[in-house]
Amino acid sequence: MLKLEKRPQPSRFWTWLTPLLAVLITMVAGGALFAALGKDPVEAIATIFWQPLFGEFAFYYRPQLLIKGAPLVLIAIGLSLGFRAGIWNIGAEGQYIVGALTGAGVGLAFYPAESWAIFPLMVLAGGLGGWAWAMIPAVLKLRFGTNEILVSLMLVYVAEQLLAAMALGLMKNPEGHGFPGSRNLRQYESAHNAELIAGTGMHWGVVAALIAVILAYILLSRHILGYHIRLMGQAPRAARFAGVRPARLVLFCLGASGALAGLAGLFEVAGPAGQVSIDFNVGYGFTAIIVAFLGRLHPVGILLAGLLMALTYIGGEIAQSNLGLPAAAIQLFQGMLLFFLLAVDVLTNYRIRMIRREVA
Amino acid sequence: MRITQLLTTAALALGLATAAVAQDKTKVGFIYVGPIGDGGWTYEHDKGRLAVEEHFGDAVETVYQESVPEGADAERAITQMALQGADLIFTTSFGFMEPTLAVAAKFPNVKFEHATGYKTAPNVSTYSARFYEGRAVQGHIAGRMTKSNIIGYIASFPIPEVIRGINAAYIHAKKVNPDVEFKIIWAFTWFDPAKEADAATALIDQGADVILQHTDSTAPQAAAEKAGNVITFGQASDMSEYAPLPRVSSIIDNWAPYYIARTQAVIDGTWESTETWDGIGPGMVGIGEISDAVPADVKEEALALKNAIAQGAYHPFTGPLKKQDGSDWLATGEVADDGTLLGMNFYVEGITGQIPN
Repeated sequence: MLKLEKRPQPSRFWTWLTPLLAVLITMVAGGALFAALGKDPVEAIATIFWQPLFGEFAFYYRPQLLIKGAPLVLIAIGLSLGFRAGIWNIGAEGQYIVGALTGAGVGLAFYPAESWAIFPLMVLAGGLGGWAWAMIPAVLKLRFGTNEILVSLMLVYVAEQLLAAMALGLMKNPEGHGFPGSRNLRQYESAHNAELIAGTGMHWGVVAALIAVILAYILLSRHILGYHIRLMGQAPRAARFAGVRPARLVLFCLGASGALAGLAGLFEVAGPAGQVSIDFNVGYGFTAIIVAFLGRLHPVGILLAGLLMALTYIGGEIAQSNLGLPAAAIQLFQGMLLFFLLAVDVLTNYRIRMIRREVA
Repeated sequence: MRITQLLTTAALALGLATAAVAQDKTKVGFIYVGPIGDGGWTYEHDKGRLAVEEHFGDAVETVYQESVPEGADAERAITQMALQGADLIFTTSFGFMEPTLAVAAKFPNVKFEHATGYKTAPNVSTYSARFYEGRAVQGHIAGRMTKSNIIGYIASFPIPEVIRGINAAYIHAKKVNPDVEFKIIWAFTWFDPAKEADAATALIDQGADVILQHTDSTAPQAAAEKAGNVITFGQASDMSEYAPLPRVSSIIDNWAPYYIARTQAVIDGTWESTETWDGIGPGMVGIGEISDAVPADVKEEALALKNAIAQGAYHPFTGPLKKQDGSDWLATGEVADDGTLLGMNFYVEGITGQIPN
């Protein structure tokens, strides 16, 4: 019979192989799902994974991968720092919204003045907004011992109400005939997060995501703070003896993830989305949690996982429109990815042994 | 236009050219904000799509994408449909306005139709329905049937369309029942069964025996049925599963004739950018069957009102009317102009409470 035997140390080999295995199993199970819906499974899977990269209209979809992937990577990098230290920020979606509001607010306040300084100020405000929103669970945790998971999550709903209030009130476009939604920042040169090179999808948010990946890599592998973060997550008691101050780590991890989520919100509102509207947020803050784990909480892994997630989004949309797959089937397909990753993760920590049953 | 944008446009136009050659059928795309099974708004749009398929048969192919978030994702969904060779694309939610215009600028040869918006372009039309005409009929029935003189109204978002509906219903309820009072709850959602049920229950607790809704689920109907002695009206879809009580009538969105006409225009090459705002007359707004729970004389009056509106003999916003603050709006016999109606951001005199900001 088969027996699971705990490995003394998590297997490095399987740590990197399980995500690929999870993708493969998802393809098979997803194919079965699509077949059950009466669609050609091979065609559906090919549409999702092949069309965006090498299909007829790849010239349009490839840049879209960057646009869709950048906020996911940016947020997931921030989250991964906390997750490594055992600090669970589940409310990145809220920090993303608040960053977009503060950033867009600065831009709208300057309208219609044109200056090169406006966009940098918006970036600053966006990061600060997300940081400040994340400081609420951080300070409450340190001061009153509240659970940061609950507080950060609940603040998402507060942020959504704030977003609706802004879209309907303070930030409403005065020339919008009473309809909700702010001015379109894409039509305001100084505030527009435009593509740096036309047709590449490369906007400042993509650049920021790449910088975040590099900085996080250096932080975790070269810097004492990164060492403390890892130690805190692996051995909290040992960390204390090593002089780690948990309060500072809580402030740093929540602050950094909040600021990065805020930046992602700002780059989105000033670029691809263009305006503050009631339905501005589409769940990047939550999807980024999947991306962080899919990427093994490692900066390079997160970069790849973010692109993979973006691929399933864009490919999924193509499959919906071309093959008539329902939206729910695509969401199920994405959900399978995390589900199977967690399932095959057992191989990282355990090895499978064939043992003979003793005859009594 | 900056050079970078020009390049993008050129690249996309090239893609479009190759896409257009590859097909001969007319391809019509639909972008939906909700799932096609929502039983209300998106469901009715999809019924319109199916009507197009049935009407044209093999000459037309339709594609759709459901549950498209408003914002950056919408722009990609619309672009994708255009790239895949759609000739005509209907974007069926207000929040798709900016994305529709952005994509339309890159695909000058594709025709776009945006529902409920106010911005057009040479290849972007807008279309919407004069739901307030239906609201007038509802208000009339509600005013005649209420016993507590309290009418509950579940509003969605404080935008002109919703405010117009409240005003139209109030004016016509007041006309037949001077003692009537409106209690309005803002749900800040188009579709959230739990929130809608809570709102309906709260209104019933405050004494309302008529519930009007500008949200899309049937949850308020169920809440009213449970409470008993409360009447409701179907919204966007007939919701006849709740007839004859609590649902006594409904406003039905009927997009099929418009979708068929616009598709025909594309086939004929006569499509032009237009701003359509049709009501009961052309059939875009339907009044669901008035059930037997409504007394015969009330039903007769309501149908007479409906016919007068349909024939253009009567406009629901006819003076004398004052605004909530007591200032004059329309003089006796004066009819509201479409511009004011489209941007309506005030209550008429007699409605209590503030429009949230």
